[in-house]
Amino acid sequence: MNSQSVIHTGGQAATLTHLQRLEAESIQIMREVVATADNPVMLYSVGKDSACMLHLAKKAFYPAPPPFPLLHVDTTWKFRAMYELRDRAARDAGMELIIHHNPEAMEKGINPFDHGSLHTDMWKTDGLKQALSKFNFDVAFGGARRDEEKSRAKERVFSFRSANHRWDPKNQRPELWKLYNTRKGKGESIRVFPLSNWTELDIWQYIHLENIDIVPLYFSEPRPVVERDGLLIMVDDERFPLREGEVPTMRSVRFRTLGCYPLTGAVESSARTLPEVIQEMLLTTTSERQGRAIDHDQSASMEKKKQEGYF
Amino acid sequence: MNHEMKDPVYVTDSLIAEDIDAYLLKHQHKTMLRFITCGSVDDGKSTLIGRLLYDSKMIFEDQLASLENDSKAVGTQGGEIDFALLVDGLAAEREQGITIDVAYRFFATDKRKFIVADTPGHEQYTRNMVTGASTADLAVILIDARQGVLTQTRRHSYLVNLLGIRNVVLAVNKMDLVDYSAERFYEIVADYSHFAKQIGMDSFLPIPISGLKGDNIVSHSDNMHWYQGPTLLGHLEEAPVSDTQMLDHPFRMAVQWVNRPNLDFRGFAGQIGAGTVRPGDAIRVLPSGKTTTVKSIVTQDGDLDLAIAGQSVTLTFADEIDCSRGDVIVQSDQPCEVADQFEATLVWMAEQEMLPGRPYLLKIGTQTVTATVTEPKYEVNVNTLEHLASKTLGLNAIGVVNISTDRPIPFEAYAQNPDLGGFILIDRMTNATVAAGMIHFALRRSQNIHWQALDVNREAHAALKNQKPAVVWFTGLSGSGKSTIANIVEKKLHALGKHSFLLDGDNIRHGLNRDLGFTDADRVENIRRVGEVARLMTDAGLIVLTAFISPFRSERQMVRDLMAPGEFVEVFVDTPLEVAEARDVKGLYKKARSGQLKNFTGIDSPYEQPQNAELTVNTVALTPEEAAERIVQYVLREMS
Repeated sequence: MNSQSVIHTGGQAATLTHLQRLEAESIQIMREVVATADNPVMLYSVGKDSACMLHLAKKAFYPAPPPFPLLHVDTTWKFRAMYELRDRAARDAGMELIIHHNPEAMEKGINPFDHGSLHTDMWKTDGLKQALSKFNFDVAFGGARRDEEKSRAKERVFSFRSANHRWDPKNQRPELWKLYNTRKGKGESIRVFPLSNWTELDIWQYIHLENIDIVPLYFSEPRPVVERDGLLIMVDDERFPLREGEVPTMRSVRFRTLGCYPLTGAVESSARTLPEVIQEMLLTTTSERQGRAIDHDQSASMEKKKQEGYF
Repeated sequence: MNHEMKDPVYVTDSLIAEDIDAYLLKHQHKTMLRFITCGSVDDGKSTLIGRLLYDSKMIFEDQLASLENDSKAVGTQGGEIDFALLVDGLAAEREQGITIDVAYRFFATDKRKFIVADTPGHEQYTRNMVTGASTADLAVILIDARQGVLTQTRRHSYLVNLLGIRNVVLAVNKMDLVDYSAERFYEIVADYSHFAKQIGMDSFLPIPISGLKGDNIVSHSDNMHWYQGPTLLGHLEEAPVSDTQMLDHPFRMAVQWVNRPNLDFRGFAGQIGAGTVRPGDAIRVLPSGKTTTVKSIVTQDGDLDLAIAGQSVTLTFADEIDCSRGDVIVQSDQPCEVADQFEATLVWMAEQEMLPGRPYLLKIGTQTVTATVTEPKYEVNVNTLEHLASKTLGLNAIGVVNISTDRPIPFEAYAQNPDLGGFILIDRMTNATVAAGMIHFALRRSQNIHWQALDVNREAHAALKNQKPAVVWFTGLSGSGKSTIANIVEKKLHALGKHSFLLDGDNIRHGLNRDLGFTDADRVENIRRVGEVARLMTDAGLIVLTAFISPFRSERQMVRDLMAPGEFVEVFVDTPLEVAEARDVKGLYKKARSGQLKNFTGIDSPYEQPQNAELTVNTVALTPEEAAERIVQYVLREMS
């Protein structure tokens, strides 16, 4: 038995720890979905939040395997280490893994080097909508947390999408107690965020306590990188077009968030173990999303992206 | 970093740098407190939350840099750091300078993780505040020291108390603007005590603070030596959480999901709402009342010896008894009540007003049932606490009503156990969450009315008439031809030896329903009564024909649900508005157009067309005789 399950009853009244309370809440949310949805799916992006969410799903339905498939909306530009963990994690959980590639993006050869924000729009935003429609998923779990960004702080745990996958922040259902209204009209769908109330530190602590398998890229190691537009970008495969004068150099780096490798900035670090990563995170002075190119342009851009259907 | 603020008082734990493993071990045992802050923009609520985030080191350098820029551009603090900008989230409201929804914020100290529900203060956002309060262990009610106890303070306090929050902090803010005056502080506290007593609030903790300057937030203020109580953060770290308060309550767990991975395992999954459970405990499943004992508490980390309120677990039973989603597992010798009629307080949350008599979905615990609501006994004026007479509840209104559900449900009074006493109402057509409710108690009559077991039952009535009972429900605009066609149908059925009866405006509106007018609420009640009468007549074995505009889908659905499956035939008499208006048999359209007749369907009151009617007759293409013949053929074919 691990430390999570032990209730300390000695002396004063028993109180759940913050991680026990968060865990219980996430499990309650997942079970509510499974009891009420027609065809749920879990979006799995292979990052640390996805790893946590998958771990919680295993707990929620034990001894049964989680009764829904995993969906990876792939861009073909993820780090190689992510693809390795993805396949292993789905197999270990005994779950079906659905991988979706936007055929249009595939055909046009959309890539992060030549197509800018079109890369995210087509592979991720459009790809996600396509996959949800194609498989008729009515509820999709996502690993977003409210502490990530200001507009997420207001999103509901059960977040409704119109038949064309749009989010209307002005017209959200009130969410009281733990009574989630799971009803929806024809064609409408729900994105459910079981990790809404977790913070980045909670996620790391939980991964540490529960020994959850995560992509090694979170740990520092010498990796080939180039410095470009102020970000340290890892040269993960031979598709990386080096600009004139760019020579990949080996530097001890790790990643605080994982996405498409050409869009994800590494940080120089010596943190090789989980405690060291947490230590670095606690002592660090920049917020998590800064390593991503997506919401740098303006502070309200994430809200816009979400209205359009980005997770 | 060049900014005007004092360095954060909460210095990063030195353990982080020196011994991270020791730090992690220490932080595993943190507890979590959820609280709500109430107050309007002017009370400095966002500033206070921004201050808590800042002082507990939850703001990173890049955020601070963007905060400094924003403060200069749109801040209200004359170029100094405007903490409110950290907190206000959605783009539109940032421009308007107000918070319009519930936002959740996170920060942590060495002892606790905190989740703050930040909600707007104005009256039009009552529903948002109720939402934020529903999950809070504690409430911080902010008062501007210059203003004292205001109408909105009363409203916030009333709502906090209504939602059952027992830990209340009265944060008297902006003490810097009243020269840190002890006299002013105690004056406000005395005022508030008087009011708190009125609303039945047992206790509260007053703290004088300045969110802007940081007085009594994290450390004791040098400006207020006369104050000896805890600091705000100090108190937040010590206050009890609500799960702990439910530990001494008898065991309750609503079943969320039955886990049956194979024939050998049958587990009942749920989150424990109250009390504790151990293997071997005698339990009872409600509403059935069947008893057994707990065999095991199953988790992926191994079976547990003990599980407590707040944990999500899976229980297995010693005996195979029926138990499914919606059932409540309770301590065998201390079960909760089961009833189908209640008195409750409702907070109305939808633009569309409450319609007494309309069936809504009611979700309580893990089950969803159909429920109807009576007219309010009274509505509460949330500013003055006066009880007002009211026929309905509009957006943000709070009132006391009776509720009846279509089946008995296990429950507890909200004040004893929010987990089994709090519910939401959902509109069946739009699926919107329209209200939050808190059960007071079951109505005595719900335990005393028992169905009379009748010796001559509906089958016997129908058999004697040699027919299958049915309700043929005509719906359509005024002047569409409902009554004309229904009359012909009845003549034809009569000629065929069928026993029928026609209910229409003439024989209902002038008698049974003569107390009803034409408002939406009265239309709902009109149709409810017609539906009940029609149902009694089907019990008597009759084929009932009804001719009412019945403009709303919800009520037609309600009547359909009253009948036995297959006994309801909805006939949509489809006549375009222009055609009905041109006919204007009774001259009503003319009156409506000239404004003499209000709430006229099709003109200033909506008609919701059927989506799945059994039959649609188009009166432009068919004569009444032809339409009637089609309906008779359908009835003879389907009802024999």
